Amino acid sequence: MRAFANLYARLDATTSSNAKLAALQDYFRAASADDAAWAVYFLSGGRPRQLVPTKLLRELTLRESGLPEWLFEESYQAVGDLAETMTLLLPETLHSSEEGLAVWVEQKLLPLRGLAPELLTMQLVPLLQQLDRRSQLVCIKLITGSFRVGVSRLLVTRALAAVAEVDAKRVAQRLVGYTDLSARPTATHYLKLVAPVNEDEDERLEGQPYPFFLAHPLQIPTDDFAAQIGSPDQWLVEWKWDGIRSQLVKRDGQLWVWSRGEELVTDRFPELNRLLDHIPDGTVIDGEIVVWKANAPYLETEETTRDSGWTDNCQLQPSALQNCVQPFALLQQRIGRKALTPKILENIPVVILAYDLLEWQGQDCRERPQWERRAQLEQVVATCGQPQLQISQLLTGESWQDLDRQREASRSLGVEGMMLKRKDARYGVGRTKDVGVWWKWKIDPYSIDAVLIYAQRGHGRRASLYTDYTFAVWDGAENILDRKLVPFAKAYSGLTDAEMREVDAIIRKTTVEKFGPVRSVTPSMVFELGFEGIALSTRHKSGIAVRFPRMLRWRQDKPVAEADTLETLRELLPQTSRQSKDDRTKTPDSKIESVNDTVSQTSPQDEVL
Amino acid sequence: MDLVIARPEGLYCPPGDFYIDPWRQVERAVITHGHGDHARTGHAHYLAATPGEGILRKRLGADIDLLALDYGQTINHHGVKLSLHPAGHVLGSAQVRLEYKGEVWVASGDYKVEDDGTCTPFESVRCHTYITESTFGLPIYKWQPQNEIFADINQWWQANADNNRTSVLFCYAFGKAQRLLSGLNPSIGPILVHGAVEPLNRVYREAGVALPHTQYVGELQDTSQIRKSIVLAPPSAQGTSWMKRFGDYSDAFASGWMQLRGTRRRRGVDRGFIMSDHADWPGLQKAIQGSGAERVFVTHGQVHTMVRWLCEQGLDAQGFTTEYGEEEAEAEAHLPHDTSDAAGVSESPLTENVVSEGSPQQHIDKATV
Repeated sequence: MRAFANLYARLDATTSSNAKLAALQDYFRAASADDAAWAVYFLSGGRPRQLVPTKLLRELTLRESGLPEWLFEESYQAVGDLAETMTLLLPETLHSSEEGLAVWVEQKLLPLRGLAPELLTMQLVPLLQQLDRRSQLVCIKLITGSFRVGVSRLLVTRALAAVAEVDAKRVAQRLVGYTDLSARPTATHYLKLVAPVNEDEDERLEGQPYPFFLAHPLQIPTDDFAAQIGSPDQWLVEWKWDGIRSQLVKRDGQLWVWSRGEELVTDRFPELNRLLDHIPDGTVIDGEIVVWKANAPYLETEETTRDSGWTDNCQLQPSALQNCVQPFALLQQRIGRKALTPKILENIPVVILAYDLLEWQGQDCRERPQWERRAQLEQVVATCGQPQLQISQLLTGESWQDLDRQREASRSLGVEGMMLKRKDARYGVGRTKDVGVWWKWKIDPYSIDAVLIYAQRGHGRRASLYTDYTFAVWDGAENILDRKLVPFAKAYSGLTDAEMREVDAIIRKTTVEKFGPVRSVTPSMVFELGFEGIALSTRHKSGIAVRFPRMLRWRQDKPVAEADTLETLRELLPQTSRQSKDDRTKTPDSKIESVNDTVSQTSPQDEVL
Repeated sequence: MDLVIARPEGLYCPPGDFYIDPWRQVERAVITHGHGDHARTGHAHYLAATPGEGILRKRLGADIDLLALDYGQTINHHGVKLSLHPAGHVLGSAQVRLEYKGEVWVASGDYKVEDDGTCTPFESVRCHTYITESTFGLPIYKWQPQNEIFADINQWWQANADNNRTSVLFCYAFGKAQRLLSGLNPSIGPILVHGAVEPLNRVYREAGVALPHTQYVGELQDTSQIRKSIVLAPPSAQGTSWMKRFGDYSDAFASGWMQLRGTRRRRGVDRGFIMSDHADWPGLQKAIQGSGAERVFVTHGQVHTMVRWLCEQGLDAQGFTTEYGEEEAEAEAHLPHDTSDAAGVSESPLTENVVSEGSPQQHIDKATV
């Protein structure tokens, strides 16, 4: 445990990739295969479900430290990390367990799951006493499922590749599925990761997917495209779908669905299983799982749906296909459910929009050029002929400017912009550019000028600074006398370190009241907030929920009185939902309420790695 | 009657008609120690502890009107018996004991209870009312004994020297730097110091504090050993062009704020050594208990937390608003801005940036305005 805790400390102490790489290599060279197996698991994002509830950890700390609860809370607010607060407040131990990570995880920590609270405390306290402070921190992070250390899977892959003296792409391939929840890493698993290259290895086994190829953001003016990336005819252009990036693997008469996090999600999407008999063995498709529906009753009143005639469009005109893709928020609800009831399956049906073919007739075709894979893919989809498998349409334009104009429709179509894939690109591993490139050409976010009204201290890197803010807009125009600020979004990302400190200082100086950890401030700061989606909500005072809000910039030039109004915000709502605003009783939007809370805290699917 | 009250100019003793560490210019100022937020220029008469005289004259001007008192020596001013007692914070730091009509008050300034070997160790002074700081007034702050930290620092330095990498250790120039010097192992390599540090080393040596041999970076002739060396520099030097001369170096920061992972990571240094010149949580409790005071005033730091805690312990505690540190001043306020004070990083000792951990940057600015 200590060796792993020391590795954690080394990784945590530096921002240099080379230093992290060196630390990882040192660890893997010295660690036993049992320990290394678990280390790879945790470092590349594997997380056993929470073993001990945080409530119990708080209680345990209070009891062991003898501190009043308020002082514990003050301390926690200053530290911004529960595990760290605990290690700082628990009485110092003089012990330092010699047992390794594997013994700790398998014999001491995993057996804690499901124990009754009294029993759990009785066992946990002596366990923590066996650990030095550093190991305690790591141990608590492991049992709360909050272990994160700023190492990408790619970096772990590189370290293992260096230790094993095997090509990193091959290690990435071997690592696929390693962190899946159903798997428990063992020495054998680890030794397979770092084994010398074996000729039979290319014969793929079971449902293993391929490492995903990831896109780079394209952030140059449209007019520079031609000069920088060539003409549109060298590219395959598609919509950038807002769903769950997935691989569909069909081998040996079985079907597997993997998400971008390389989590096996077959069970989450039972309707895709209908494809089983329609896709030949030895096929792997890369695509996007989206909710696919004729209309969106939760956004629209019955009348508007009938009037719009979307249902018909959807069936009759293939070009209106994208109208049937529903907002990610809807998919989010389904992912969150433990049990998929028939009602959910009926109300939130999914399809996979296919955009790449990675394996065909049992052959890895990632080395074939993009256009060739695409042609083959179109055949596979056509032959399949099932509604659950759709092709992600190609878009054409005479020029980049022309495509840019088409891109303006993104919002109304529910997509995030466009994807550009070089026709001759190979399918790479992760976010690489060495064998070809994929660009994501996203639309600008929605933006609004909002006023900072509440602040709370941040966590992790932002611990002890006031960095988590609540923003408000005016409920009336500037000429209205008693207009008020109505909160509508929380955001914490987007400021530089220097700005963060400056805002923190202003918050401390302008605090009006404190409610527990939250401070209200005299409104004095305006920020341009960006967000990806907007919907009606009954949960928020403003009646509006926005998705993935963040600060685009600090408008130091703008007085508070000139911040935007609720009306401006409402104008951003999709036409249909704006109409239904007055009809809210009929269309309770409890479904989207959760959007702001769930989505704003985690990045959208494609930003995870 | 209250022997100390808060006035816009600073903490004031009404019967004695003098101030303690005032932040505005006054007639009579008792100075607890030489850090920028406590010792300011422009007062007519100064009174401070003898070991701190050199520092004050260096910082405030050689010709200030300064009366130096030995620790424990008593003078009588308007009927107030005043004496200074070691605070263990930095060289010459003092707690101010005031006695008037049988009432005893002690204003502690900044203090720490661990003996660090570079200044007279903290002494508990019995009183009725104690004025305490609260920079690290949360139970998460508990310091290791300094010999353990020195061992860590020397080990880090040795490892860097073995890899031919310069070790740059950021620390406050007055107090912390000298304390660190006293714990470095000179057999590892040369010890180099920034222009802001060396003049203060001289003052310490003149006061009889044993420090290992140091070389001022600006006067370094032989650069062949630079990669084996350790460099002590003020935090404001971080990220400036001054650092370029060290090539591929490893850096560290020595401060009590390094206790928290978040602060450590924001600092952007390779290592954070947890070493403070302020009392940790147990230290604060020990000092307050040791004073025997039933009434406690809490100044700069975690005022709210400490007041509530002390009240729950049955003491009569209140907060004092001072300009030594904003209420609840926290980690970040104490970290100099990355770029804004790059100008303060000059080779010239005249622009030295003497900042203590407990003194937010804005007060330095105020003092110079």
